[in-house]
Amino acid sequence: MVAKRIIPCLDVKEGRTVKGVNFENLRDAGDIVELAARYSGEGADELVFLDITASHDRRRTMLEWVERVAGALRVPFTVGGGIGSEREVEALLRRGADKISINSAALDDPSLIDRLARGFGSQCVVVAIDARQEGGLWRVYRRGGRVATSRELFEWAAEAEARGAGEFLFTSMDHDGTRRGFALEPLARLGEQARVPVIASGGAGSLEDFLAVFTDGKADAALAAGIFHFGEISIPGVKRYLAGAGIPVRL
Amino acid sequence: MDNKNNVMIIEYGAGNLFSVRAAVERLGYTVTVSDSPERIRAADRVIFPGVGQARSAMEKLRERGLDRVLPGLRVPVLGICLGMQLMCARSDEGDTPGLGIFPLEVKRLPAGVKVPHVGWNRLARLSSPLFAGVPDGTWVYFVHSYHVPDAPHAVATCLYHAPFSAALRRDNFFGCQFHPEKSGEAGERVLRNFLAWDGHE
Repeated sequence: MVAKRIIPCLDVKEGRTVKGVNFENLRDAGDIVELAARYSGEGADELVFLDITASHDRRRTMLEWVERVAGALRVPFTVGGGIGSEREVEALLRRGADKISINSAALDDPSLIDRLARGFGSQCVVVAIDARQEGGLWRVYRRGGRVATSRELFEWAAEAEARGAGEFLFTSMDHDGTRRGFALEPLARLGEQARVPVIASGGAGSLEDFLAVFTDGKADAALAAGIFHFGEISIPGVKRYLAGAGIPVRL
Repeated sequence: MDNKNNVMIIEYGAGNLFSVRAAVERLGYTVTVSDSPERIRAADRVIFPGVGQARSAMEKLRERGLDRVLPGLRVPVLGICLGMQLMCARSDEGDTPGLGIFPLEVKRLPAGVKVPHVGWNRLARLSSPLFAGVPDGTWVYFVHSYHVPDAPHAVATCLYHAPFSAALRRDNFFGCQFHPEKSGEAGERVLRNFLAWDGHE
């Protein structure tokens, strides 16, 4: 049986990690390689890095830090943040990234998913989806949650999977940063619909939230940032708690 | 230069070697990366990685003459993931003849389980020096759509749809379906065991 995964997420700006609350108010949470090595040593099953650097030399700095992380890390990691071309993906994979997360670029041109899956294999194509509930439906947002699209979560996920998405990273913008628990209902529905793994993101605040996301939320992996970065919940702590509750985790 | 600390990683255009290389270097070894038959024949220890599609990877080996070099190596050889699969006799993937080092067939994972098999899963029935100090039930990281069914050459199995071969061994040849370079401390131990193996047992 495949283990349920605990994934710390590091937002990266100019080679350092930050974490936003509701995508704003960025706070510096430490050195990227140091944090990555700490999480790997503590039992993180995987890491996700989202580059939110806006400057024109973003691509170059991204390749630099990805290479530094790959040299230090002993577990798989995913890189995301404004990635929009096959060339960029190839360069990142060559520097040791295991998976690439795409979001806005896939919404702008869904055939990017097909091309990446064909070129590099579905297993390295993570489609990240940010959505919020609006009048009974889950509307998909692009540009880091700033721009609404005409897409609806479940319809978009079905299309992305048919095109070759290997995994979903679903963030409920309504829950992100609140620490009041994950968006269990849409997660469960997405988990039932998708034949590829679903990473749940947004809202982790307590040990019980992690248990609920694997039981009621039917997620394959749970992602969190701030609560890990500031030490409020430790990775060994959450994994021991889950193991005690009968969830298969890697200890 | 102490040759015993020099590890050859075969580069033949199938997948990125960065992580394997970094993992071996973290253990204090010097890595040489090459696709030259002469240099590979002269190596003390060889790692044969691979990610991608079996048929195109075999073609790349043949273009470089490596399909004739690899089966003749007498030094410790470790195939990882697709590397291990190419060391078998044949793969369902593109109906591809392999190197024939392991007289086994590579099959697609069946419908009914998620394909690819991605993530952390547990090893069982561990034997061979590769797993010295690694207990049964250890979690390691897999990413694959094809597999080698359980076989007499298996020195580790993993349960997915059924138990399959997570690692193989014949004489000086080892293969891992999982990625030791991505498997945390346990994977590092497997790599260290391979790199330190003195050719006995």
